[in-house]
Amino acid sequence: MSFEPKNPAIKWVEDRLPLPGMLHHALYEYPTPKNLSYWWTFGSLAGFMLVVQIVTGIVLAMHYTPHVDHAFNSVEHIMRDVNYGWLIRYMHANGASMFFIVVYLHIFRGLYYGSYKAPRELLWWLGLVIFLLMMATAFMGYVLPWGQMSFWGATVITNLFSAIPLVGDSIVTWLWGGFAVDNPTLNRFFSLHYLLPFVIAGVVILHIWSLHTSGSNNPTGVEIKDKQDSIPFHPYYTVKDLFGLAIFLIFFSAFLFYAPNYLGHPDNYIPANPLVTPAHIVPEWYFLPFYAILRAVPDKLGGVLLMFGAILVLFALPWLDKSRIRSARFRPIYKQLFWIFVADCILLTYIGGKPAEGAYLIWGRIATVYYFVHLLILLPLVGLFEKPKPLPASISEDVLSKKKPAKEEAANA
Amino acid sequence: MTTTTPEEENGVKRRDFLYIAAGGLGAVGTAAAIWPFISQMNPSADVLALSTTEADLSGIEVGSELTVVWQGKPIFVRHRTEQDIASAEDVDLATLPDPQPDSERVIKPEWLVMIGICTHLGCVPLKGQGDYGGWFCPCHGSHYDTSGRIRKGPAPANLVIPPYEFLDDNNIKIG
Repeated sequence: MSFEPKNPAIKWVEDRLPLPGMLHHALYEYPTPKNLSYWWTFGSLAGFMLVVQIVTGIVLAMHYTPHVDHAFNSVEHIMRDVNYGWLIRYMHANGASMFFIVVYLHIFRGLYYGSYKAPRELLWWLGLVIFLLMMATAFMGYVLPWGQMSFWGATVITNLFSAIPLVGDSIVTWLWGGFAVDNPTLNRFFSLHYLLPFVIAGVVILHIWSLHTSGSNNPTGVEIKDKQDSIPFHPYYTVKDLFGLAIFLIFFSAFLFYAPNYLGHPDNYIPANPLVTPAHIVPEWYFLPFYAILRAVPDKLGGVLLMFGAILVLFALPWLDKSRIRSARFRPIYKQLFWIFVADCILLTYIGGKPAEGAYLIWGRIATVYYFVHLLILLPLVGLFEKPKPLPASISEDVLSKKKPAKEEAANA
Repeated sequence: MTTTTPEEENGVKRRDFLYIAAGGLGAVGTAAAIWPFISQMNPSADVLALSTTEADLSGIEVGSELTVVWQGKPIFVRHRTEQDIASAEDVDLATLPDPQPDSERVIKPEWLVMIGICTHLGCVPLKGQGDYGGWFCPCHGSHYDTSGRIRKGPAPANLVIPPYEFLDDNNIKIG
């Protein structure tokens, strides 16, 4: 913990505001488990994407006009007239998808390795809060270009609140600032879309603070026990994260330069028309699993409750999972259930993008039921009945055991 | 570790090369990524498309003035009287803060075309005021003469003459 800056200017600041020391601790000496795999790189990638979204978003706001008569045209103005406007807008639009990709991988990593378990419950909660804020921000951002999908997406999602008994309609009118989605709605969505990323940044700081209090989880799920188990964050994980970033940027650039509209909907290049709904409206891909759950229920209030419940139930995960073993590596049954759960989420995503009819509806219901069965029934039961594999005594022992020749390993087994 | 980093004869290690190559590539890539974010603040294509303005002079009587807008800036188009021209030409250039003969500031002496923005800090001067019968900037008290030249006050230079040409006797194109 001792940070002794050599540079007198930094020492002068450190004595008055220990910010250099905090950064040094967080980005340099932070003792990190020495066995982190590339699954641990998605947290820093999510942080990178937040910065990309804020920077490109601030630039777009310089050229965008939040008014129903000008919004669509101002987006086209960005695409055609503003220097590199096409690049910056595509970065922002595809960046939202990239942000969700890395965050979903980050969440599933947490599920597999039990990163939500004590003492990291609050860390998990803060992550879920970030996830909810991201969904709100992404939804409102999608409304801003004021195309057909923007308008009807805004209409459908705000109408979710009309399912609330008694006060539902009043709440929707309050959200809209009128009796339909219109200019007041667009203006407040723009304002909040600009605000929320900075709220996210604040919660990210709490998330990292909490992480650095408990320390990072790792593939064994065994805590750091002595100095042998950890290595300093810099240069080991700065370099590892930078390499991960480089690979990720290739993936991002492939969409950005070769398929910038692949993840969008052509209908959003038609200006918003409050009198005609497009024939087939679907949300952006990252909302599809929740959309599938909404549609699986043949009841308005029930569907809305279940959809929000699908996220809220994740807050209870640290207590639903009864197993004291963190990593799925040592949980033979949970490991299989985890992959079934992943497949179930992918199925929900697929169903969410299909029309709500016939076999899609039936599969949607099966997948929805399984989602909750996994979290509410299987997870507690498996924790009680599963016989875990023996845990390594320490991270170091686990790492070294893999280095042994196969013969010795077999003899030890 | 049993492996060692091979060292070249002049002390340059392979690792040094890797550091410089990786760092250099990273710096170039970052600079390339930053450039669009700087460039986007420059005038966009639709703004650049508005770079010329045409003005019809036929309605401007002798002694009066028209203000037209060119690139968002006021352009004073002054139809000068014989007296204005005479007083503009009859000046000892050595006494001017920014010496320039009137003939260099006009294409035809009766038409004075200039950007109506004070060269001090950008306010728009008032016509027919000040000590020299030309313009006077109310912000910080700069006096311009009938040729738009600075005579007194904090402004460092004469009012700027924009690029313009006569399309015919009665029409000019600014820009």
